[in-house]
Amino acid sequence: MPRGLLTILGSLALLGALVALPLGLVLVGLITFGDDVLFFVLAEVLILSGLLVVTMRDIIRCGLAMIVCFGALAGIYVIAGAPLVAAAQVLVYIGAISVLILFAIMLTQTKDAPAALVFQTQALAAAAAAVVLAIVIALTVGATDWGAAGERIHTATAQLAEVLFNQYVLPFEVVSVLLLAAVVGGVFLAKREEGGPS
Amino acid sequence: MSQSLDAYLVLSGILFAIGTFGFLARRNAISMLMSIELMLNAVNLAIVAFGAFIPKLATAGSVIALMVIAVAAAEATVGLAIVIAIYRNRKTPLVDEYDAMRR
Repeated sequence: MPRGLLTILGSLALLGALVALPLGLVLVGLITFGDDVLFFVLAEVLILSGLLVVTMRDIIRCGLAMIVCFGALAGIYVIAGAPLVAAAQVLVYIGAISVLILFAIMLTQTKDAPAALVFQTQALAAAAAAVVLAIVIALTVGATDWGAAGERIHTATAQLAEVLFNQYVLPFEVVSVLLLAAVVGGVFLAKREEGGPS
Repeated sequence: MSQSLDAYLVLSGILFAIGTFGFLARRNAISMLMSIELMLNAVNLAIVAFGAFIPKLATAGSVIALMVIAVAAAEATVGLAIVIAIYRNRKTPLVDEYDAMRR
């Protein structure tokens, strides 16, 4: 069987498993139908693509997995009732930062880069530290009373604009100056010097 | 599940841990920057989740998340420019070969 077909079949099987797991949980009665299933699927896609970003050998594939990760996160923002943040996520992360990173990958890729070792020597210790970090965060979240409401609060865009342009107008302007400074600094750092090495 | 703050915070914690692992373990400078983006996204998810479930933070959560996205964009621009500038001098994107200050 050709390799491309195997890849497609494998991806379809993985997708089926991703959807089947939350549906099974619905049948068991652990979660309810509707938003919960969507949240579960998006969370699975988020974690799997995040793992692919940090483990895959070919860095350009890492970049593409990162786009999937950002997309799933935008979906979770919508479920969390923050549609404007989701739109900004799609525009800024998927539209701008991913393209920036893909261009940087293409500018810095050498022929032997994918064949070279991907991980540092401390990778195992780093993995252990990351697992411990995740467990500690989960335990802390479980043990803390956040005083949260039982219902999600939907953030209407008009209301958000009202707050953004009255109460938070100074930070908003400062961020615009920061972006300008970052653009000027980025151009200055990345430009070739006159007569320097090409 | 999608109606409880804990689920969002645990998801955010897992994503942050994945980013931490990538930052500590990868050799490529751009991979490390991508891991930093993952960590920033995890923090953003936590902020949005707090905004969605704690009445006092109802709209402020979204405002802060938007600010974090803008600052992350600035960070990515400058970080990648620095990586490209270093690559031009050292001809490698691997961070463990940047040992000019150790020799």
